[in-house]
Amino acid sequence: MPAPARASPGIGRIFAASELGAAVDRLARRIAAEVPAPLALLGIRRRGVPLALRVARQLEERGRKDVALGELDINLYRDDIHDRGIPRVGKTSIPFAMERRRILLVDDVLFTGRTVRAALTALSHFGRPRAVRLAVLVDRGGRELPIAPDFVGLTVEARPGEFIRVRLEEEDGEDGVFRIDAGADGR
Amino acid sequence: MRHLLRIRGLPVGQARAILDEAPRYLDVADQPVPRTPALLGRTVVLLFREPSTRTRSSFQLAAKRLSAEPLAFASASSSLSKGETFLDTARTLAAMAPDIIVTRSRESGIPELLAREIPTASVVNAGDGISEHPTQALLDAFTIRRHRGRVRGLTVAIIGDLLHSRVFRSNALLLTMLGARVRCAGPPTLMPPGLERLGVEPRPSVEEALRGADAVMVLRIQHERMHDSFIPSRREYFHEFGLTEERLRPTRDAIVLHPGPLNRAVEISSAVADGPRSVILEQVRNGVAVRMAVLAEIARGRPRGRRRRD
Repeated sequence: MPAPARASPGIGRIFAASELGAAVDRLARRIAAEVPAPLALLGIRRRGVPLALRVARQLEERGRKDVALGELDINLYRDDIHDRGIPRVGKTSIPFAMERRRILLVDDVLFTGRTVRAALTALSHFGRPRAVRLAVLVDRGGRELPIAPDFVGLTVEARPGEFIRVRLEEEDGEDGVFRIDAGADGR
Repeated sequence: MRHLLRIRGLPVGQARAILDEAPRYLDVADQPVPRTPALLGRTVVLLFREPSTRTRSSFQLAAKRLSAEPLAFASASSSLSKGETFLDTARTLAAMAPDIIVTRSRESGIPELLAREIPTASVVNAGDGISEHPTQALLDAFTIRRHRGRVRGLTVAIIGDLLHSRVFRSNALLLTMLGARVRCAGPPTLMPPGLERLGVEPRPSVEEALRGADAVMVLRIQHERMHDSFIPSRREYFHEFGLTEERLRPTRDAIVLHPGPLNRAVEISSAVADGPRSVILEQVRNGVAVRMAVLAEIARGRPRGRRRRD
């Protein structure tokens, strides 16, 4: 059973709210400079969704008027649902035509790459975007698939048994990045 | 949910869960690739021992859109028509280790028999004899809910051949369970006993059943199940019980449902069937989504990846 995140003794904050905010700024600046219009941000549920919203706001402040926003639920596309049981279909909302756009997938932590693989499969059922890019707040290494991010906010060196958790105001009541020791959180 | 054998005995929370999930599967139908991997790698056997086009196609499409492997085991093209006993068929099926068996039969009680004989599979009743047709009731309730926003507190009139109708029985059970008032009308020879026990109010005429109704469900005259003369003639039936624009007019804005296939100018006029209040084709579309929700709900309760290979 996963231990409650805050009570666990193996938890340490590695980035504070201000550092997380600065990382989102950096992401937005690079995306604005490098991804031509028309762009759509697609947050991967759950924490990719508020992150995509924050990046989209910043892009608009930088004068980008072409940015569409959506969210993608990938739970049914996971490759481990054989072991975990089938989840309910979550909300996917893609309120724009993908064909013309460059899609930027947004997620909080990039680890094995399996979530991104699932997101690409899910995406292919909704249309054929012009290009797909990947932005993550934290890259912690440990890839099990040939997947690489295009935009990274923070890089963390984590041992295989460690977990990196992003907490966001919108979902968790605070901003921060945490390191969790193996065994402190069973997930 | 392990099986969906009947509405009778289905917990109301389970019925609501299916109705709540179904809109998501309507969205799947709108995707450019209308497919979701909820049943990836699962086998769904369609064991149909009675002619059926729409229900079978609907389940087949539902299984495909969930990425399952549907396997048709229909009566016309199988050993079922070569004298194999039903239990031998069931055992053959069991050896194929299907995850879900969707069954349609002329006889009542087959779903329970299958669930007992093939303990490793989940069973979905797609209509058994004159007993029940639970997924039809679920898709009807879903269609009513989409038009009226709810089922509780509505008045639903069911018109026609109630005696031979598994659609009627499942609908009466489900609609009353969900808090609707159900009234009915039809030829006295086609009224089953025990309507009050079902919670259904019989009315002496179609006009009276329709008064104040929010939805009207017209049932098919099932010639294939009638071995006696229950009705004098089709024309007579239409005159007395057929749903026409004239009969529908006083109901304000009631929607019209029919499980299909239609007998035009017998139980329903073409003007009503093709008119603005008819939701008959929506029922077909909703049926696929509701069946997807049922299959997914069952699959959720079946752990996999640990299938015995010994």
